[in-house]
Amino acid sequence: MCLAIPGRVTTISGNDPLMKTGLVNFGGILKEVNLVYVPEVKVDDYVIVHVGFAISILDEKEAQKVFDTLNELENYEDPLQ
Amino acid sequence: MKFVDEYRNSKEAMQLADAIHRKTTRPWELMEICGGQTHSIAKYSLQDLLPEKITLLHGPGCPVCVTSVTLIDKAVYIAALPNVIFCSFGDMLRVPGSREDLFTIKSKGGDIRIVYSPMDVLKIAQDNPDKEVVFFAIGFETTAPANAMAIYQAKLDDIKNISFLISQVIVPPAIRSILEFPDNRVQGFLAAGHVCTIMGYQEYEPISEEYQIPIVVTGFEPLDILQGIYLCIKQLEEGRAEVENQYSRSVRKEGNLPAQKNIQEVFQIVSRQWRGIGEIAQSGLGLREAYSRFDAEKKFPCEVHGQERFAECISGLVLQGIKKPHDCEAFGKSCTPESPLGATMVSTEGACAAYYRYQSVQS
Repeated sequence: MCLAIPGRVTTISGNDPLMKTGLVNFGGILKEVNLVYVPEVKVDDYVIVHVGFAISILDEKEAQKVFDTLNELENYEDPLQ
Repeated sequence: MKFVDEYRNSKEAMQLADAIHRKTTRPWELMEICGGQTHSIAKYSLQDLLPEKITLLHGPGCPVCVTSVTLIDKAVYIAALPNVIFCSFGDMLRVPGSREDLFTIKSKGGDIRIVYSPMDVLKIAQDNPDKEVVFFAIGFETTAPANAMAIYQAKLDDIKNISFLISQVIVPPAIRSILEFPDNRVQGFLAAGHVCTIMGYQEYEPISEEYQIPIVVTGFEPLDILQGIYLCIKQLEEGRAEVENQYSRSVRKEGNLPAQKNIQEVFQIVSRQWRGIGEIAQSGLGLREAYSRFDAEKKFPCEVHGQERFAECISGLVLQGIKKPHDCEAFGKSCTPESPLGATMVSTEGACAAYYRYQSVQS
């Protein structure tokens, strides 16, 4: 129920701040999404979408952290490699 | 898909699983809060990658599962009224009420419509001015901003033929309630990444400190969940109890402030009944006075039965992490997703339905 999926914002429309919407590309499928809760969103940002609303803008640097941690784990636990 | 596929990589999943094995010296029992996480754990058989010493307990974070029988009965009553168009997320239709479910009403000719977004309901109301349109507004904090926006817009546009049957619940009081159970087994929590995307995680810090329990805000993909487990086990093995954020690509400490503002505008904190658990004080959201004319419970008052039909169902104990789905004698026999006895077998995010669908986790 709290399923929310990431997609890339391709267009933004609507001057009314309450009605700000955009087309979001989910792996090739385009869907209109309400952007009112991510006022700073820009075209090409990736957003997490839940029941038609973008609820966050994904942070690319933070997204990399899972993999950075993995590298650190490998180096720390097995320093000879 | 970017931000999805890379978190499903099996090589990196195995690296994390190895790290968890190396770190674990004692038995630990962790609870993932969210049904979406339960579903991923079952789908990817993540429990099989973990040391035997680690037990995953499945939490109550599925709004379909915890919506009270009383509210299901009210939904059934309202949906059966003539002149009503009843709108709902699809998962709610098979949830058993005292006597019937919404699907039965639909099969008898009730006008029940499945919607993707609460905003769709506004258009249905505007397109059908001679009908009463009611939306079953269920959800945790993740869904509250969407429901709040639909209600806010309904007031702004002065739509008179729309109302909302509210079943909004919130996570932190449920965590406290689980920790207060005499039979509690949970030693660490994976908090729900999308709930925290909305609310942030500051409200979990006093809980972690008071109960000396690690809480790791965790995402939904296999690598997210394995990393959440790793961070939780690391804290437990090192004797720490803190709030950590594994899902930092989406979750900020303060959460989504515009979304919180609209939740505050429309809703206030109320006590709610949780199916299988009972009443938890201050654990839900109800409409503020300024929005009370959109309250379907007030618009369509009714007396309902509100009693569980199937005594053999142990879904309440499953939701509290005390029992596992396969501990239930009805599981997979008299209780299946096609013919569920309890709500945890209905939603794909309910623990019983997830176990049934991905049978390997029954071992």
